[in-house]
Amino acid sequence: MNFELNEDHIMMRKMVRDFAEEECAPGSEERDEKEEFPMELWKKCGELGLAGITFAEEYGGVGADYLSYAITIEELSRVDASLGVTISAHSSLCANPINLFGTEEQKQKYLVPLATGEKMGAFGLTEAMAGSDASGTRTTAVKEGNEYVINGSKIFITNGYYADTYVITAQMDKSKGNKGIAAFILEKGTPGFTFGKKEKKMGIRSSATYELVFENCRIPAENLLGQEGQGFKIAMTTLDYGRIGIASQALGIAQGAYEQALKYSKERSQFGKTLSQLDVIQFKLADMALQIEAARLLVYQACDLATKHKPVSKYAAMAKVFAAETANKVATQAVQILGGYGYTRDYPVERMMRDAKITEIYEGTSEIQRIVIAANILKD
Amino acid sequence: MNIVVCLKQTFDTEAKIVLDSNGKIDSNGVNLVINPYDEYAVEEALKLKEKFGGEVTLVSMGSERVQESIRTALAMGCDKGILVNDPSIENPDEWATSEILAKAVSQIPYDIILAGRIAVDDGSSQVAIRLADALNIPSVSSILKLEIEDNKGTVTREIDGGTELIEVGLPAVLTAQKGLNEPRYPSMMGIMKAKKKEIKVLTLADLGMSAADLPRKMSIPKFSLPNARTAGKKISGEAAEAAQELARLLREEAKVI
Amino acid sequence: MAKGIWIVIEQSKLEIRKVSLELLSQGRIIADKTGEPLIAVILGKGVTDLAKRVAAYGADKVILVDDDKLADYTTGAYTSVLNKLIRKEEPQAVLIGNTAVGKDLAPRLAQRLGVGMASDCTGMENEEESFLTFKRPIYGGKAFAQVASNVRPVVATIRPNTFPVAAEDASHQAEVVNETADIDPADLRAIVKEIAIATSQRPELIEANIIISGGRGMKGPENYTILEECADVIGAAVGASRAAVDAGWIEQKFQVGQTGKTVSPTLYIACGISGAIQHLAGMGSSKVIVAINKDPEANIFNLADYSIVGDLFEIIPLLTEEFKKLS
Repeated sequence: MNFELNEDHIMMRKMVRDFAEEECAPGSEERDEKEEFPMELWKKCGELGLAGITFAEEYGGVGADYLSYAITIEELSRVDASLGVTISAHSSLCANPINLFGTEEQKQKYLVPLATGEKMGAFGLTEAMAGSDASGTRTTAVKEGNEYVINGSKIFITNGYYADTYVITAQMDKSKGNKGIAAFILEKGTPGFTFGKKEKKMGIRSSATYELVFENCRIPAENLLGQEGQGFKIAMTTLDYGRIGIASQALGIAQGAYEQALKYSKERSQFGKTLSQLDVIQFKLADMALQIEAARLLVYQACDLATKHKPVSKYAAMAKVFAAETANKVATQAVQILGGYGYTRDYPVERMMRDAKITEIYEGTSEIQRIVIAANILKD
Repeated sequence: MNIVVCLKQTFDTEAKIVLDSNGKIDSNGVNLVINPYDEYAVEEALKLKEKFGGEVTLVSMGSERVQESIRTALAMGCDKGILVNDPSIENPDEWATSEILAKAVSQIPYDIILAGRIAVDDGSSQVAIRLADALNIPSVSSILKLEIEDNKGTVTREIDGGTELIEVGLPAVLTAQKGLNEPRYPSMMGIMKAKKKEIKVLTLADLGMSAADLPRKMSIPKFSLPNARTAGKKISGEAAEAAQELARLLREEAKVI
Repeated sequence: MAKGIWIVIEQSKLEIRKVSLELLSQGRIIADKTGEPLIAVILGKGVTDLAKRVAAYGADKVILVDDDKLADYTTGAYTSVLNKLIRKEEPQAVLIGNTAVGKDLAPRLAQRLGVGMASDCTGMENEEESFLTFKRPIYGGKAFAQVASNVRPVVATIRPNTFPVAAEDASHQAEVVNETADIDPADLRAIVKEIAIATSQRPELIEANIIISGGRGMKGPENYTILEECADVIGAAVGASRAAVDAGWIEQKFQVGQTGKTVSPTLYIACGISGAIQHLAGMGSSKVIVAINKDPEANIFNLADYSIVGDLFEIIPLLTEEFKKLS
């Protein structure tokens, strides 16, 4: 068991870090303040091959492992968590289900442009009545001839409005509960598919979060992803892998916040010493470093299993809940260490603290992650 | 087109410099990078390859660690690397370095040789130009723009206070100045492909040379650290007062105005 | 056997560059100490009248090479001529200013002569065994190397502003020798088609005695006029930090720092510059450093000789007025 990154991973980390620091960090505060979607940076990410890291070369991807993906999301999120989730949602929540469940035609038509970054993806599962409880899905799909007609709406959709390709879930047979749900591939611009509310959020403000609205939206039958009734399973599998992305995002936020606190503590003096010379602060920094290290190991373990196509559900849930809680603790502590200055917009830690919160909520709340872990440990 | 890039691995410009117990520059824990000026050379080489086709070969000297930097340049899109690594010659001076590189470069076909105009560690700014003389080809240093047509280069070169336009027949050595281009990041795909590309490691013997052929022209350097500059006078008061006091001090005390 | 200390004089449009006068001045001191003759070498076209000038700065002998092909500096022609002359005359040392010309010419010449070379030296001493030892900055000035040559001639380029220019002595005479330009045709493969010099009344950054520089605190391109007005009152050059250049506020040629120009002025006024280590690499050898910055924690205050914590937009115009009063 080797705990050190190999040459490739080291090079990848350096490349994404350099890109993140030189190109993404400078405008991150302004984008957050103005809630401005990072479109130019998204395009550059595509050019660097960051949009399709885990997908096979034959589908326009890079054919790299999950660790490469995690490192990428972590490094982007370390400076801009909004950009991190933009890539993560695109890759894990839209491109990946097509990769896992799509037909060859669907992969050629949809996965390739997503993997190359030519098109952006989003995932529409969540609804007003279906957050943690997916069986509350009210969006419907009815088969009519060789089309499906979609009616309903989705809320809190990351990359909504900007994404070109959407994987959504809809209920086809309420009497079957979760087993009645199907998944579909949908393109922006399809008549009957529009965008509603843009959410005003506490954090990840430059990530686009939109409502999707379907009014007698007709899509060809070939756009069914997987089988009718397989939609819930597709969603759950998608989320299992997606959790690695969010865990990486949380890890990046934690790392970024911790580094800010560490740097500040060496520069700031009070009581005749630098903060880093005071026990009180040293212990805080030690705890932050320790928690981040533990989170990182959990994320890397989940990556290892995912790359080997081994069951990943429990470990991805563990990584996600632990990394998310770490991000929140570390970012809050970072603001604390920076004191009054940390509370102002002059320093990035207040943004990191606001960004951290969502990682405990989306792609499965921390409560849901614990349900997943419990279910896994009790069935053994 | 056969494009050669001379690559040097240097300390990161952020590195703190300390001397070890032997009075040598301590490289422990220092982050090593591609000499920033050589990145401009790599980028220009890749642009030439994109335009004219052909191959970009990196030529470098140093220890095994240099392979990391060569690998990064391969990830950017270069095709192969040559590393001269021979412990029998330690810290060669610029003359010896140039003689060795000339031998290494002479073994491969080249239409153009690119390098950074200066290395951020020793700041000598000699080797690439020396290499050109050793190969008996023209050199143009500090280039800001390069166009190639019909085996001729039209180069904009930076000079004090301006630029000059030079026409040079190929093959030639050109050294890159900041502003020549924006070096690309290696792509994910590039990084994945880099490990399959060849890095040939050579000793002096492979080049038909030995340390005896390379007597030191320059003495072994003795290193020292600068005396720490400490903070001087803080001038307080309102803007008008402070400005007046500063002007007075510069005239009467520092005597520089 | 006294063979001479050669100073390769740089002239542009028949104006001798200040660094060449600095080298003559320092060369004179070493010549007096060692008994070596001080020899100025001038390449160009129509350079005869320059001989008197270099004599006044201490040259015992002036070698003139006057030729059409040498009117403007080119690597090949100058290397060819100097190589042949040096092999014929065998001087002890050949010193050149570390200018764009020096950086280009000296390494090629050294290689052709089969000797070593010390670049960008900020110190030079006469020494028994190696004739000259040099001190030169490395790692962006974070360390220094002391080097000497094991062979002859000793070749070195010296950083402008390292040595003072001595007073002119019009009575000092020099022997003038005319040599023909012996240029290898193979050395004429790079042709200068055009020279574009930016017309600016302000001194060249690397030679300027006073530099006023603006960084991130300048907040925009239009604000550099404040520095320019000040510069023009005190005869300074204007510089910038990397942050300002990267932000697109000012051209790269004004950048001072590790990836910009290295300067060694008598006075460096840093406005709105935090003092990152890479900037210090470019100006750390300035004799006097003044820092004006709003941020009391700015690193530059740790090494400035005179510091003002304040608003540069208020202070610089007031400082300009004070400088006007002084002149």
